[in-house]
Amino acid sequence: MASYATNEFRSGLKVMLEGDPCAILENEFVKPGKGQAFNRVRLRNLITNRVWERTFKSGETLPGADVMDYDMEYLYTDGEFFHFMMTDGSFEQHGASKAAVGETINWLKEQEVYTVTLYNGSPLSVTAPNFVMLEVVQTDPGLKGDTATGGSKPATLSTGAVVKVPLFITEGEILKIDTRTGEYVGRQQK
Amino acid sequence: MSEHLWQPSAELDSLRQRGELLRNIRNYFHQEDVMEVETPMLSHHATVDPHIDSFQTVFTPLGTKAQEKLYLHTSPEFPMKRLLSAGSGDIYFLGRVFRNGEAGGRHNPEFTMLEWYRLGIDHHALMDDVTGLLAAVTNFEEQARFSYRELFEEEFGIDPHTATDETLMKLTHEYVDSGLSGLARNDYLDLLFSTSIEPNLGDYVDGQIQGVFVYDYPASMSALSRIIVNEQGQKVAARFELFANGYELANGYHELADGHEQRARFEKDLQERELLGKPVYPYDQNMVSALEQGFPDCAGVAMGIDRLHMLIAQKRAIKDVIPFEFFRA
Repeated sequence: MASYATNEFRSGLKVMLEGDPCAILENEFVKPGKGQAFNRVRLRNLITNRVWERTFKSGETLPGADVMDYDMEYLYTDGEFFHFMMTDGSFEQHGASKAAVGETINWLKEQEVYTVTLYNGSPLSVTAPNFVMLEVVQTDPGLKGDTATGGSKPATLSTGAVVKVPLFITEGEILKIDTRTGEYVGRQQK
Repeated sequence: MSEHLWQPSAELDSLRQRGELLRNIRNYFHQEDVMEVETPMLSHHATVDPHIDSFQTVFTPLGTKAQEKLYLHTSPEFPMKRLLSAGSGDIYFLGRVFRNGEAGGRHNPEFTMLEWYRLGIDHHALMDDVTGLLAAVTNFEEQARFSYRELFEEEFGIDPHTATDETLMKLTHEYVDSGLSGLARNDYLDLLFSTSIEPNLGDYVDGQIQGVFVYDYPASMSALSRIIVNEQGQKVAARFELFANGYELANGYHELADGHEQRARFEKDLQERELLGKPVYPYDQNMVSALEQGFPDCAGVAMGIDRLHMLIAQKRAIKDVIPFEFFRA
């Protein structure tokens, strides 16, 4: 893997720091009028998801991290791992741990395509598409004659996720959910 | 993207504002009877400051294949000091200077510097003059003056002039980054200052720039200023910097007038450059000679005009105040 010097640190670049893969968020060149130059860098640790603020001497290098994003279709879970398949025609399969899937477990649906980030060939994280269509499996009946305006109620989706929905939503309906906010966006027309 | 690269990086309104700023600066000095001077941008000498790198070019007399090394100036300081020794009186320079390798949000390899010298005053009186200029060209108010020592005592509980290198390193690990070791004393001081002190210096409130002067730097950061003794009996550099909205705007000295001392500092800088593995440039012997011939008691200051413009226009990047940033130039 190549090494990158501080002047090559761009937002999105993946580097290794203290044994963990990190993504560069920001890189600020700091140079006192009469002093040595430094780079103040914000990075996200891709294992812990924590943001680090670090200062490096300008010109210092960090090794690149073998981190790549791939489109993969979700197949099934065996209880321990969540299995995905590459959509590039290779049919290559990867098992992601519960930790790698993280919050995305709320939006996992078979045959849907997700972004799986591989680190040294193993799934590090799974990102859902911005919108997914999911079925309501449980919600209390709404009030008769209610329209799009007014209150909301909880609804449990096929994935187990609970989202707030308008009162007129009924069980069995397919909803469009924004996975970034976990909010109801609309419903599939019957 | 690339089809837009012909366009300026700054808005035209911003450039109009810059034209007005430059005009107001010249008006101030005209009224103060300070002479504008144009010093060589191309020089046979270069700065030997360990942390400033020069652009190098080559002069080839027509009809020959000779290659004479020349350097783009990083500051007009040396020729201005030669003019002062020659009896110029108060002078200022307003124009572009060049620094190799410095590119980033607030840095561009070429930038506009205002540098001026006043006879018969020290760095404290020059701070008054800086405030006078800024108040004349923009909405500026001086908020406070602190010694370098006061700020370190308040922030870290240490005296920066007497603290051991070990103490400075430990504080750097605590406040800046645990991975920063094996640095020089000045590097630790700079890191602590720029991380924990500088961001809180000065302000921008209701369209007004509020500046803070920091004076009496550690003697190890004297650069081209004279060394004086402070109230605590410690040797300090007769140097100040102006900060506003958390960044450095100007750097001034009660100028060193001792040619022998100047030569010794240049030699030391050259050694440090060699140690750092940096190119070693010829220093300006003419400037040392000028000091040796007799240099008037004076104070001088350099101000980053792009930074000032950024503050006035409330822009975060230097590319927003110059017509074409480095990557489009």
